[in-house]
Amino acid sequence: MNIAQVRRNDFKRPVRNGSPRRTQDYVTVALFLAPAVILFVLFLVYPIFRSVYYSLFNWNGLGPATKFIGLNNFKTILTDQVFLKAMENCLIIVVFSLAVQLPLALMLAIMVGRDLPGRVFFRSVFFMPYVISEVITGIIWISMFYPDPETGFLNALLTLIPGVHPQLFLGDINQVMLCVFLVLTWKYFGLHMLLFMAGLQNIPRELEEAAMIDGANRWQSIWYVTVPLLATTLRTTTYLSVLGSLTQFNLVWIMTRGGPVNASEMMATYMYRYAFIRFQFGYGSAVALVMLVFCLLFSIAYQWLNRSPDPLSGI
Amino acid sequence: MATIGYRKSDAFKKRLPRFFQYLVLGIMTLIIVVPLVIMVFGALKTRGMMFLHPYTLPIPPDWQNFATVLKTSSFWNMLRNSALVMLCSTVGVLIVCSLAAFVFARIEFRGKDLAFNFLTLGLMFPITVAIMPVYLVIRQMHLVDTLLAVILVQIAFGVSGNTLILRGFFLSIPAELQDAASIDGCSAFDFFWRILLPLARPALAAVGALTMIISWNDFLTPLVLLNSDKLWTLPLGTMQFQGQYSSDMALTAAFVTLSALPAILFYLFAERQIVAGLTAGALKG
Repeated sequence: MNIAQVRRNDFKRPVRNGSPRRTQDYVTVALFLAPAVILFVLFLVYPIFRSVYYSLFNWNGLGPATKFIGLNNFKTILTDQVFLKAMENCLIIVVFSLAVQLPLALMLAIMVGRDLPGRVFFRSVFFMPYVISEVITGIIWISMFYPDPETGFLNALLTLIPGVHPQLFLGDINQVMLCVFLVLTWKYFGLHMLLFMAGLQNIPRELEEAAMIDGANRWQSIWYVTVPLLATTLRTTTYLSVLGSLTQFNLVWIMTRGGPVNASEMMATYMYRYAFIRFQFGYGSAVALVMLVFCLLFSIAYQWLNRSPDPLSGI
Repeated sequence: MATIGYRKSDAFKKRLPRFFQYLVLGIMTLIIVVPLVIMVFGALKTRGMMFLHPYTLPIPPDWQNFATVLKTSSFWNMLRNSALVMLCSTVGVLIVCSLAAFVFARIEFRGKDLAFNFLTLGLMFPITVAIMPVYLVIRQMHLVDTLLAVILVQIAFGVSGNTLILRGFFLSIPAELQDAASIDGCSAFDFFWRILLPLARPALAAVGALTMIISWNDFLTPLVLLNSDKLWTLPLGTMQFQGQYSSDMALTAAFVTLSALPAILFYLFAERQIVAGLTAGALKG
């Protein structure tokens, strides 16, 4: 083996202290990582730090930010009834997603199971809404929810029941959140179901069979064997679901713009309205930061709660 | 006799849950499909038919609405913008993320864990949280109202997740292969380009398919970064069209159907890759 070969041999073999011996390897590392790091810093890390600065100003985006107002923006946000309503709405969506959407997805995944004839068909159909854009989903459902039974399919169905009047749905401050949640479920339960189905594939069938032989019935074997073994997948779907609900924007903006009378306001629609419609960039930055803190707190709590090892790792 | 009786009840026990399963799954299928079908039916009706029989089969089908939409130049323009953004974003994500993933999967260096954790921090911040600050930076760079801005932002927000997915795939390619290659005098880049990437083709297809869908459907980034309507992507244009022609429901339905069609066709064609990308991402995150 000549020297050149030995040298080239260095680039991947871990050297004792885990660092490459040659500067050439550092060059490789730097060159390969550069595009990712530059884009990531430029469009994610730097903007966030920048917005910390702007959040301390009353700034409409024209000219440099000069009206320093300290933490006043945050004070205004956290006492604004509309923002509190938006926060509440986001939390409602979080709770409903966890309490309804995930169990529904889990139930359907178990129902389709590993070998039900037609399982691929059901998976394809249930997952389809996920690949249809939010804009299209929103527009389709706006027309489903039209108050006039002549144009709105749901009211046409409802009024088939004697004595039931057409509902306003998206126009009713008491119904709008429920409608939004229904559409979110329609669009996203397929994703969670898909992940649960993938998780199920990793569980050895013998474990459930062993439980059945030991006298467990179908429900017991699902509840005490299958569901605990899906813990990793459950965590992932919970994470995606909570983060998605906290930062929900697209569907709500398309269907209701946060209305009527802020009844379906989300933190993100509130931020968008202040930043890009009223051009209060300082205030908008502050709202974005509050959202960021929410996400961060949730992520930290999530990491902290998930220190326990994966139950399947021993298998 | 006893065995036959046992078998009978057993079969019954098996068939009843099956019936119940298919009932529930059938109802869910209807809930998913009916809104889509109503839209397609609506697109195939004249305005008058839409008014008289909004929910029936479109007999005879009227293709005029589709023709009207396809004749407008703005539809084709938006289709072209969307396709351009999607292709550039996807190629960008594939290049940027596979380079980074290769380093994390195959090269040892000081601070590797730190760098990896730093890059995957992005998983904690969906783009909605950052779009306001990102807009300010794009404005500083004088890139507002360009497709390039949309592409760059989409790539940047794809870095965390896709690097994670590709690293997982690269780790599963045996290290011996690299030993063999390096003994034969293969440099790090040669190994990456000539051996690893061809082997990782299924992984690249998965990441690519997923990125294409996400970019194609992206609404917030173009909404914030684009102003002039000649740059609009399909989601933006669809929303605008719906606002403008909301009185002509049949025409709107045709526009929506046509703008949903590419994604659905792509899904039917690349379902396996999309599913692989999503499950790999989720199970590793």
